[in-house]
Amino acid sequence: MNNLVKGEKHDWEMVIGLEIHAQVKSNSKLFSSSSTKFGSLPNSQVSLVDAAMPGMLPVINKYCVEQAVKTGVGLNAKINNYSVFDRKNYFYADLPQGYQISQYKYPIVGEGKVTIDFKDGTSKDIRIVRLHLEQDAGKSLHDQNPSKTYVDLNRSGVALMEIVSEPDIRTPDEAGMYISKIRSILMYLDTCDGNMQEGSLRADVNISVRKPGEEYGTRCEIKNLNSIKFIKQAINYEAKRQIEILESGGSIEQNTMLFNTSTGKTRPMRNKEEAHDYRYFPDPDLLPLEISEEEIGKIKSSIPELPDELKNRFIETYKLSNYDASVLTAEKQTSDYFNETINSDSELKNHAKIVVNWITSELFSLLNKNNLDLNNSPVSPENLGQLIKLISTNEISGKIAKDVLEDMFSSGKTARQIVDEKGLQQVTDQDEIAKVIDEVIAENPKMVEQYLAGKDKLLGFFVGQAMKLTKGKANPKILNDILKSKLK
Amino acid sequence: MKIDKNTINKIARLSRIKLDDKESEDYIKDLNSILDWVEQLNEVNTENVEPLSNISSSILPKREDVSNDTNSSEEILENAPDKLEGFFAVPKVVE
Repeated sequence: MNNLVKGEKHDWEMVIGLEIHAQVKSNSKLFSSSSTKFGSLPNSQVSLVDAAMPGMLPVINKYCVEQAVKTGVGLNAKINNYSVFDRKNYFYADLPQGYQISQYKYPIVGEGKVTIDFKDGTSKDIRIVRLHLEQDAGKSLHDQNPSKTYVDLNRSGVALMEIVSEPDIRTPDEAGMYISKIRSILMYLDTCDGNMQEGSLRADVNISVRKPGEEYGTRCEIKNLNSIKFIKQAINYEAKRQIEILESGGSIEQNTMLFNTSTGKTRPMRNKEEAHDYRYFPDPDLLPLEISEEEIGKIKSSIPELPDELKNRFIETYKLSNYDASVLTAEKQTSDYFNETINSDSELKNHAKIVVNWITSELFSLLNKNNLDLNNSPVSPENLGQLIKLISTNEISGKIAKDVLEDMFSSGKTARQIVDEKGLQQVTDQDEIAKVIDEVIAENPKMVEQYLAGKDKLLGFFVGQAMKLTKGKANPKILNDILKSKLK
Repeated sequence: MKIDKNTINKIARLSRIKLDDKESEDYIKDLNSILDWVEQLNEVNTENVEPLSNISSSILPKREDVSNDTNSSEEILENAPDKLEGFFAVPKVVE
């Protein structure tokens, strides 16, 4: 596979690493009992700890620790029995403490890896450096008033997991697949809700370019990207910018960049002089975090079937392709829906590929059109299963089934009801179809002449006419066969 | 290690404290004497000794994941010099 970018002078390779910030799914914050609910009134979920009132002390949330360990296990990573909380010092209006409690030298989770799957059936491992626990900051609104910034501290102190990858990613697509995979693992584990729009999952991207085979170049970091589309756009723009500088003889300055979502461009966030000096040191308010093997074992045993295991099971049981199985397992709601559909009738197990297609193309496109997702699909797995059974038993044609699905979608009726009410059963009776074909042939003598003279394309015309007369209900294969035999 | 004018200016900027020349001089002197005193620790041989992050031998106390449902807005904003619609209002910060 060629992953190189063409420059003016020669080819370049992108070297990309991601730092993903995933909000821990928990009721209360990492070090206080305030609620973590999204979208509440500003500053309504702020304890004296979150507002950094003098004398307040942090007490760690046991469940957040378990969630981090669970995630570590899901990332095939080493869980550290001993980790330490540090203060990362910086000055900003939405950080009342003046420091973020984070983990620096001793993170809770060490090295791991995740696998991404390509369309052509190949796959690639992306190595994880570490996962650590830290506090989220508050939210600042800059665009409401020309001279003021408004601060909401509801998010201040919510637990975050920062997941850092090695620079193993080589293309914007791989970056997208990697973050999708992490999101999927987090959602199966139920350790993060994965909602990128609400900012529960966001990423910083480190990127540099090099001539293939050479040492890594100087990298820039693009901060705070909250959609896969933006991540890809930002990488493409930044790589192009770096290549242009290098090809015109310049050098890359290590910098932190912001991505403007409306212009699609990156720009430096702060200059070197003001570069942050975080002065990490162990937080004297918190003892080291110790986790026993026994506790780790208990958490491990609570872990559900993860996307990769499920994918392999689907490939084994239903003989699906690696790609189909990875599409099905990318989101938990999709694999749940598939499971329910295929288990709704014992016959369907032999038609797994058809089930996949009807979910991932027909149903998905209807849901998309109506701004819905599988969780609120008007068509239940059982009803889709019933429809697919009608197709697999040749009771209705695939073409008619599409109309039936649309009808099911809007009316809420079952496939059986619709087929019976509208009399959509496929016509498979040879005599009946032959009769219709005779009619078509009799009505179009000129066309028949042309066809017999070698204009093969006209076959489609005859099929169309016959279908029209049967209101699309004739079995296409039988229709074709009879038509060909009659037009010899 | 010696604290000089550049270092003191950097520390002051990181702490968001404004120092005039006289104050800078005083702090340089004070900080240097503190550092000299602490530097006596260098006389101790610490080879093969892991850094200690806390002197307590007790175990980190943990909380159950229970959230309280109190609305903190009024109490939290009580001392704010400026506020609007439940938000803290601060001088504009743009990165």
